[in-house]
This record gives sequence, structure tokens and C-alpha cells, in this order.
Amino acid sequence: MKRVRFPEGAKIPAVAVLIMIAALLPQVLNQYWIAVCVSVGLGALLSLSLNVILGQAGIFNMGHAAFYAVGAYVTAVLNTRLQIPVLWLLPAAGAAAGLCALLVARPIIHLRGDYLLIVTIGIVEIVRIALINDVGGLTGGANGIFGIARPEIFGVRIRRDIQFYYLIWGAVGLTVLLFSRLNRSRVGRALSCIKEDDIAAEGCGIDVARCKLLAFVLGASWAGMAGTLFAARMTIISPGSFTFWDSVLLFAAVILGGGSQAGVILGAFLVFGLPEIFRDFASARMLIFGLALMVMMVIRPQGILPPGSRRYDTGFLSRRERAAGDGRT
Amino acid sequence: MIPLLSLENVTKSFGGLIAVNDVSFRVEEGGIVGIIGPNGAGKTTVFNLVTGNYAPDNGDILFRGTSLVGRKPHEIVSLGVARTFQSIRLFPSLPVLENVLAGRHCRMNAGLIASMFHSPAQRREERAAVERAVRELEFVGLTDFLEDRAGNLSYGNRRLLEIARALASDPALIILDEPAGSMNQPETAVLVRLVRAVRDRGITVMLIEHDMGLVMQVCEKLIVLEYGVKIADGPPDAVRSDPRVIEAYLGQDD
Amino acid sequence: MDQFFQQLINGLAVGGIYALVALGYTMVYGVLKLINFAHGDLFTIGAYLGMTLFVGMGLAGKAPVLVSVLLVALMVMGLVALLGRLLERAAYRPLRKAGRLSAVVSALGASIFFQNAVMLIWGGKYEVYPETMRPSVILSLFGMGVPLIRLIIIGVSVLLMLALYWFIDRTRTGTAIRAVAIDQSAARLMGINVDRIISLVFCIGPGLGGVAGMMVGLSYGQIDFNMGFSYGLKAFTAAVLGGIGNIPGAMLGGLLLGLIETLGAAYLTIAWKDALSFLVLILILIIRPTGILGERTAEKL
Repeated sequence: MKRVRFPEGAKIPAVAVLIMIAALLPQVLNQYWIAVCVSVGLGALLSLSLNVILGQAGIFNMGHAAFYAVGAYVTAVLNTRLQIPVLWLLPAAGAAAGLCALLVARPIIHLRGDYLLIVTIGIVEIVRIALINDVGGLTGGANGIFGIARPEIFGVRIRRDIQFYYLIWGAVGLTVLLFSRLNRSRVGRALSCIKEDDIAAEGCGIDVARCKLLAFVLGASWAGMAGTLFAARMTIISPGSFTFWDSVLLFAAVILGGGSQAGVILGAFLVFGLPEIFRDFASARMLIFGLALMVMMVIRPQGILPPGSRRYDTGFLSRRERAAGDGRT
Repeated sequence: MIPLLSLENVTKSFGGLIAVNDVSFRVEEGGIVGIIGPNGAGKTTVFNLVTGNYAPDNGDILFRGTSLVGRKPHEIVSLGVARTFQSIRLFPSLPVLENVLAGRHCRMNAGLIASMFHSPAQRREERAAVERAVRELEFVGLTDFLEDRAGNLSYGNRRLLEIARALASDPALIILDEPAGSMNQPETAVLVRLVRAVRDRGITVMLIEHDMGLVMQVCEKLIVLEYGVKIADGPPDAVRSDPRVIEAYLGQDD
Repeated sequence: MDQFFQQLINGLAVGGIYALVALGYTMVYGVLKLINFAHGDLFTIGAYLGMTLFVGMGLAGKAPVLVSVLLVALMVMGLVALLGRLLERAAYRPLRKAGRLSAVVSALGASIFFQNAVMLIWGGKYEVYPETMRPSVILSLFGMGVPLIRLIIIGVSVLLMLALYWFIDRTRTGTAIRAVAIDQSAARLMGINVDRIISLVFCIGPGLGGVAGMMVGLSYGQIDFNMGFSYGLKAFTAAVLGGIGNIPGAMLGGLLLGLIETLGAAYLTIAWKDALSFLVLILILIIRPTGILGERTAEKL
């Protein structure tokens, strides 16, 4: 009767093995590939944050880089001007990006999917142009901001890529943990319902506008915090890092991945890592990348790893049935 | 005594078409009320006005004395009015159990932080919600399909699942839009028993139905609409013998 | 006043191009509910093909400029239309039953592919349209110098739009296109060959876009592999501004956007020129969530 499932008990060892591999990987990789892995890690962090908005709530957001930019710039400005340590700025960056998302999304969150898509593209363009135009004399114009301090954890100054590797992939791990819990909760369930049929969701008592806004703000503030890590790693940021195309790549990573967290991380590998693997093709690599996106979507429209269903403990049911059965005999 | 639901001179038009024209009626607590009328009489529009999917042009809709006008559908569910859809609107790719949990959503409190950290209160609430959802599935007789996708159920079972989802929100009033639509004879018999069992839980039932046999058998009060106007209401026997009703509706069938 | 008139002409010329490109977005959206992100790159390809054909066929000096340009324009239209059709077959048709977002990503992939293909074929630097191809006459209108080409662009785009409008509104095939846009399965039941109609739309839209690309080359003299991005984005904005899926809406949105942008850059701020169109879009969508001419469809319950 019951479908055969991946045994629950096997999940923990599998995760442990993955963590082991991730922890040991930098020991065998050269400098170049460690740097690639750091970039992929940031991409994964951003893709996971976009997944809450796009994958879980089904809100078409093609301007995610805007919130990433807000976080990175808030970090850069506060760090270079007020010398606040970078990692202390994580909450500030998250809050600023979340606040921006709230202000922007409130009047438009009810728009139909495709309208939202172009509006979010507009937002990322407006943010980029604002940064270039040096709003308030704070953003440094087209050159951006340089001299951002390195982060420090327990007195250890993080400057080498291998250290960033652990910092960023640690953040990815934490994100996966928190977001998978979110997914297995009232809020995650509501988002699934909204994605599937928002009128039905509203009709059975879910506050659709509020839940969508919640997802949007959470995803944006997470991207803002990723912006802090980005600023800390680069020490220089400029508007060129937060364009429409960066948003497009994140969008592609989420859809390619299929919406599960593992899938989205794989998607980030494909989108941010694959072009590096094709580096030998030099100028043709983006051509191949474009072709690969098309081919992958045609072969697997649902994405690499679509989310599985949530599990519920209905053990009490069989216990009760057994009790009832005992009573009868 | 304040009625459970009262419509006062409610009017709603779409473009030039007046779908509901100056309709007033009351529904007292307890009991099963049917809204009948020929196609296009405005029955579903009345339901959609009550559930907040449409806003009336005129008039007021009161639930236990508070106006529902201007409230969003989800607020109205929280107030205690649950519904099913004529065209069945489940979440087809989600498991049956989660469809019912969606109905429970508005009675749960866990916020974003509690959900991300699975606080003890959140876990307790979640466990209780799952138990409640399972009980509602037992109530409508769908326990065997707990883990199936809602989209894989038969039409009759989908209607039952929609009722379970509505019941999970602790409604005082449940509104069923053509619950027997696309059901066969045995399924309809199950539905009749179910509707009565819902009433016996103290929940007032309002339903739209085309199957006159079913309506006469199960409803304790009828409201008859024709072209958006209420032409009669009262107990089934009285309505059945009302000449306007016979002319407008029942006469056609015979 | 003179300057205003000049800007008005410029705005209408840019707007005409936006409108032609927007038509491609809106028609494809109409029948497939898909945002064809590769459309801007088809526009770029039109611009490059126009140049290559003109130079490659050695048309300079052989025939009157206008005749040879017209000839090239027709060829560009045909070739880009063919490309559009191929694109639909390869990248979109297999995804018609899949979720809409996978088609969007496929479209983004196609866009990246085309853009880089143009770069590989024609090089990453900008190209200059041959002077012999560009009518350099400057007309004097009300005492002002107006380049003839601007007027030609306005004229041609209006003409093409009217022709398209007539085609959609009055012909049997046009009716079929509208029917497919409203309800695909119902159209199929009525005996309309839906696949053929979608193929046709993927010819008309890119065809118009290709010509628009060529007109940009003729008008400004310079093209580059990246031009489809900003024109495409603006045209898409125009389509949404007018109400996506709505053909007169795309025309209106395009012209409006061209004017807003040109006049805004002239009188308000040049640094914020590109942000202006998006700000207008956001404001209009807040006031009218379905665009200027988009219909408000009541959700069926």
C-alpha cells in the first residue's frame, strides 16, 4: 500500500558524509578551485534565499540582486565610515535589505506573476543606476567602495579563500537547516498552497498577501546578509556586481535546481561553477552555457531535484487502530 | 437573538448584469439551509459575497452581528465561515493530509521565527494540528488516502476532502457549493449522511444543489433565487407548494 | 520650442522602435503566456544581418539607396522570422506542457546563446553601419533640421503597426490568432491549427523585431552585440505598460516610453534616464495593475 521511501534513518549518515566531503574538499583543491567554490557558495546562499521567494512561494522575482546590493553596500558604508566590524553588520545588512523589500513589495505583491517579473527587473535596474549615480554621496558611484575590512571570528582574521570557504559554506549549511525547518512548518505549508492556487489558499483561511510578503522579506534579508559576506570577501564592491544578469543567473539556478534545497545548491553549482569548467572553451563558454540552459530545461522541465513531500508523524494513527483492534477481539 | 448570518438588501452587478438584486435573508444557528434556483440565478454569487470573494455594490452582510463587507476571504474564514468551491479547488500536488492542514492554518499561531527554529510551542501546535487533520479525514472517511496527492483522488473524494479542509478551520457556518456535483448515487448517499453529521456537530450548513431530491431530503430551510431576486424562503414543504417557485423552477422539471 | 520639437521627433522614433519590438513580446505572450527573453537578441541579429547583407551583396551604389534598403529589410524580416520559428520549435514547443518558469529559463538560455553567437560571429566590438546605406538627408521642417531617417523610422513603424493591426483585426488568420490567445483548447476544438498559429506568431514578432534592429542601425549608425538587452528590456517594459498581450497596448506603451525617456532625459535628468521608464512602469502598475489598455479579468471562481 504505502509507497516505498528512502528510509528516514539513512538521511543522517548521508548528510554527515556530505559535510565530511565539504570539509575535506579544500584540502585537495588548488587555489583556483577553492576560489571557484567560494563563489559557488555565495551563489548557493543567494539561490537558497531566492528559493524561498520563487521556489516556495512562487513569486516571480527577477531582481534579487537588488537586495544583495543593499546588504553589501550597507556593510561597506558602515564598515568604511564607522569602522564597525564586518560580521557585526550582518543584522544591519539583513534588516536594511528586508526593509527595502517590504517597502518595494507592499504595493506590488498582488500583481500577476509576469508583471511582478518586470517590476522586479525594474527594481534591480533602478538600484544599479542609483548606485552609479552615487546617491547621497555614499555609494562611490561607478567605482564603488573599496577598503572594506576583513571579517574576524574569535580573533581569527579571515583573509584567505580557504577560510572564506569554511565561513561561506558554513553559512550555507546553517541556511539549509533553518530553511528546511521553515519548509516543514505552518509557514512553509502555506507558501506551498499559495504557489499552487492562491485563491484556494485565501479561501481556506490563509492570509495570502501577508505570507507572500513574509517570504519576500525573508528571502531579501537573507540576500542582504549574503551581501555582507560578499563585501567582506571582495573588500571592493561596485555596481557591476549587482546587475540584472546576476539576478537572471540566480533565477536560473533556482528553476534549474527544481526548488528543493539540495537541487538549488546543485543549480548554483551548474550556473556559477559550470562556466568555469568550460573555461578552456574561452569565448564560446557562455554560448555553451546558454545552450545548456535550454537543453536542461527541455530534458528536465521540473528541474533537477523537485521538492519531495513533507513527512508527518501519523504514528499515533496506527497505535490507535491497534488499540481499537485489540478492543474488538 | 442575533442570527448567525443575515443579508440585508444585498446587490451585486457585473458590468450591466445584475447578478444579485436586493436580496435579504437570515440564517439561524444550527440546521441545513439550501439555496436553490435555476442556472444563473445568482446562487454562487451570493456565496462569493458571503465569503468575501466579491464585494457587494449595496447592502450589508452580517455574521453574528459583525459586517463581513470589506473583509478579505481569509479574515472571514477566521471569523468562522468556511467554504468549498463549485469547481473544486484543492491543492492537487500536495498530499491529502496537507490539504486539510491548510484549513487548519488560520487556527495556528507559529510565526516565522518559531517556524524556522521549531520551538517547543510550534512542535506542540504542529502535532495537535496533524491529529486534528487526521480526525477530520476520519470524519469524512478519507483516512486511507492520507499520503496520496489530492489530485489523484476521485471526484467524489475530492469533494469530501474539500469539506474536511473547511471543517478543519473550526467554522460555525460551512458553505457548500454544489457538493454533490459529479457524484454518483452511492457517493451522494454518503454525502447526505456527512452533511447531517456536520450539522450534528453544531455547525450550520448552507448549500447550493441542483439535485432536487437531495435538497428536499436534507435541507430544513430553502431560499429560492431567480434572476438574482429572492422569490421565496421557508421550509421545503412550504417552498414546494409556492406557486412562484413552481412556475420558476420546479415546474420545469415536471 | 525648437528643441522640444526636435526631442518629440527623437522620442517618437525611439518609441516606434520600442513599439515594434514590444509587439513581438506581446504577441508571443498572447498565445503562449511566455516572456520570450530571446526576443531582444533576435532584434540584435536583425541589426547585424541588415549590415552584413547590404555589404555582402555589394548593394552600395548599384540601386537607389531606398530600394536596396527596402530589399535588405525584407530579407532581414524573412531570416529573423525563420530564426524565431526555429527557436520556438527547439526551445519552447517541448516545454509547452511544462511549468511556465521552465520556459522562461529556456528563453533566458536562448538569449544568452544568441547574444554570444552574435559576439562570436561578428566580434565583441561595436560595428558601424555603412554610410552608403544610411540616407543622410536632413530635412528642414519649420526651420529645423530633422534627419530624414527619423521620419522614415516613424513612418515605417506606424505603417507596420497599422498593417499588423489590420491583419489581426480583419483577417481570418488574425481572428485565429486572437482565438488561440483567448483559449487554446477551445480554439483547437474549433478546428484551428494551434501549432501553426503559434509558429506564425513566432514569425511575425521576430520579423518585426529584426526590422526594428536594422532601423536602429540605420538611424544611429552603430550596433553592438549587447544592444538587444537594453532595447529588449525597454520594449518589454513598454508591452507591460500598455497591458501585455494587448496589441494596441504595445504600440501605445512603446511610443509613450520613447517619449517619456527622451523628454525626461532632455528636461529632467540624463543620469537617471534608464531608471525613469521603470519608475513610470511601477507607478502605472500600482494604479492600474494590468497596464494601460490591459483588461481587468475577473477571476473565475
